[in-house]
Amino acid sequence: MKYFGLIWKNVWRKKIRTSLTLLSVFVAFLLFALLSAIGYAFKSGEDVADAERLVIIDKVSLINPLPMAYKNRIAATEGVHSVTHASWFGGYYQDPRNQFAQFPTDPYEYFSMYPELEMPEDQLENWAKNRQGAVLGRELAEQFGIEVGDRIPIQATIWTKADGGRTWEFDIEGIFETNDPRGSTAFLLFQYDYFEEARAFGKGTVGWYILRVTPDADPVQVANTIDLQFANSASETETSTEAAFAQSFAKQFGNIALIVTMILGAVFFTLLLVSGNTMSQSVRERISELAVLKTLGFSDRSVLGIVLAEAVLIMLMGGLLGLGIGWLLVQGAAQQLGAFLPGIFLSGEAILTAIGIMIGAGIVAGIFPALKAMRLSIIDALARA
Amino acid sequence: MSETLATLTGVSKTYQKGKERVEVLHNLDLQIPAGDFIAIMGPSGSGKTTLLNLLGGLDKPSSGMVRVGDAELSSMSNSQLSHWRSTNVGFIFQFYNLLPVLTAQKNVELPLLLTDFSGKERTKRAAIALDIVGLGDRARHYPRELSGGQEQRVAIARAIVSDPALLLCDEPTGDLDRETADEILKLLQILNREHGKTIVMVTHDAQAAEYANRTLHCDKGTLEAREAV
Ligand SMILES: Nc1ncnc2c1ncn2[C@@H]1O[C@H](COP(=O)(O)OP(=O)(O)O)[C@@H](O)[C@H]1O
Ligand SMILES: [Mg+2]
Repeated sequence: MKYFGLIWKNVWRKKIRTSLTLLSVFVAFLLFALLSAIGYAFKSGEDVADAERLVIIDKVSLINPLPMAYKNRIAATEGVHSVTHASWFGGYYQDPRNQFAQFPTDPYEYFSMYPELEMPEDQLENWAKNRQGAVLGRELAEQFGIEVGDRIPIQATIWTKADGGRTWEFDIEGIFETNDPRGSTAFLLFQYDYFEEARAFGKGTVGWYILRVTPDADPVQVANTIDLQFANSASETETSTEAAFAQSFAKQFGNIALIVTMILGAVFFTLLLVSGNTMSQSVRERISELAVLKTLGFSDRSVLGIVLAEAVLIMLMGGLLGLGIGWLLVQGAAQQLGAFLPGIFLSGEAILTAIGIMIGAGIVAGIFPALKAMRLSIIDALARA
Repeated sequence: MSETLATLTGVSKTYQKGKERVEVLHNLDLQIPAGDFIAIMGPSGSGKTTLLNLLGGLDKPSSGMVRVGDAELSSMSNSQLSHWRSTNVGFIFQFYNLLPVLTAQKNVELPLLLTDFSGKERTKRAAIALDIVGLGDRARHYPRELSGGQEQRVAIARAIVSDPALLLCDEPTGDLDRETADEILKLLQILNREHGKTIVMVTHDAQAAEYANRTLHCDKGTLEAREAV
C-alpha cells in the first residue's frame, strides 16, 4: 500500500494514453454488464422463475390470443393445481414516454399464483370488490407519485373501448411489492372483467395462461398433456416454464445474445492488446527509472509487483466505472422492460466475475512487461541511459 | 581515520564481449578508511564505473573479495545485495536519475519505502534531507521544474535519506557548469566532514578531484595513488 502513490503516478505518466486505455476498458465492461444482465434473463431458468409455474401461449405466436374457454379445460387437467390468465394491454400513463406494462387479470387468482408479490390483504379485497379498481407496483407508485385512492387514466394504444374511447380510468386500490430481489414491480394490474366488458374487440380471449402444477406432478408431463389437448384446434398451445416464456419474449429481439457474446469476445481480445501495449510502452520508456528503483534497493519482486499493480489498477478503474454505469443502465432497463423480461438483473455473481476478469486481464496485460522489468540488469540499463 | 570501511582484495572483473574476454579490473587491492573522500580519475573505459558498481553491490567481481562494513558483498545473493543497498550505500549519478513523475519530496522518500517507517516519519526524514541539501523550499517541485544543480541536490538528498555510511558518486558534476559544480562539490565536502559520510567519487575534472582527500588514478585495470601536486 505504501507503493500506491508511486503506482498511481506511474499510471498517469502519459495522460492521453492512459485515458484512451481506460476508455477501452470502460467500454468492454459496460458491454459486459449489459450483456450479462440480459443473459441472466435468458438463462435464468430455475432460479428466477418458479419451476412449478408454467405459462401457456399460442403455439404460433405470443401475440395471438387464446380462447377464454380453455380455462376450465386447463384447470381440469391432471397435475394442474391452479390457473389464471393475463393479457397485454400496452397503454401509457399521461405521456407516451411513460410506458409500463398493464395486465388485465383476476385479483385473487393472480396474487395466489405469484406469492412473491406482497400486498396488504384489505387492499386485495378492495381491489376485488371494485370493477374499475387496479393495483400497481411500488416502483411505479414512487416513480409517478401515485397513491392508493387516486383515480388515474391510462391511454390505450391497442384496446379501444366499445364506446370508441381510448382513455381507461382506474381507481388505485393497492400497492404491491416483491420479496424477490430480482423481480420487478414496474407494472399495473386491473380487473379482467372490466376489460372484457368495455373493450371493443377481442372478446372471449386472454393473452396467456399461467398455471401452477401440484407438487408431486412432473411439469414437463403436465405441459405435454395440455398441449396435446389443444392440438389440431384453432388455437394450438405451447406450454413452457416461466423461464422459457421469458426467452420466447426475448427471442423477438433476435439472437442478440450470441452476437453480443461474439462482439464482447472481440472487445476483450482488443482490450488485452491495447492494455498490453500500453504497459509494454510504459515499461520500455522508463527502463532507467526501473533500474534506479532497483539500485535504491527495491527487490526484483517489488518491481514486478509495481508494474503488475499498474496494469491491474488501470483495469479496475476503467472496469468498475463501466460496471457502475452498466448497473445504472440495467436498473433503468429493468424498470422499462421488467414486465416483458422479468430477469434483467446484474447479479452479484456477474459483478464478481467482472472483477475477476479485471484482475485477470490486468495480470495478462502486465505480466510480460512486468517480467521484463523484473529481469532488468541494473548495470546494462544505467549504462544505456 | 584508522577504521576501514571498505576493502577490495585481489579483485578482478572480466566481461565477455562477443568472443573476446575483456579484463576491466585486474587483481585490484584497495582499502577505504571510514570517513575518507576519494576521487577516482582515469580515461573513459578504464573501469571506474565498474569499480563503483562493485563497491555498491550492483555487480559482483569475477574473482577476489569485496567487503564493505560487515558485509562480504562478493558472496551475497542478488536479493541480499538489494536489501543491503537500501540502507548501506547511496548512489549519485551524472544525470541525477530522479523519477520524473514524483515531486522532489517523493523522490527523496523512495528509499524509505523500503523501511518500516510510518508515512509521517518518511515525510519528516525526507524533509530533513532536503533541508541538508538546501532545497527545503522546493519539496513540491517536479524534476522538470528544477535546474540541473537542484536536481542533483535532490538526488543527493535521496542518497543520504536512509543514512548510509558510503556515498558513491559517478561523475556527479559531469553535466553541470563550473559554478554549480563547485556548489555540489562543497555540499559533498560538508557531507564528508560534518556528517561523516565516506565518499568515493569518479570524476574527469581535476578541479573537482581537489575537493577530495586523495585521488586515485585508474588505468588499464589497475589503480594507482598519485599524491601529486
Ligand atoms: N555490462 C558490460 N558488458 C560488457 N562490457 C562492459 C560492461 N560494462 C562495462 N563494460 C566494459 O568495461 C570497460 C569499463 O567500463 P566502465 O567501468 O564503464 O568504464 P569507465 O566508467 O571508466 O568509463 C569498458 O570497456 C566497457 O565497455
Ligand atoms: Mg563510467
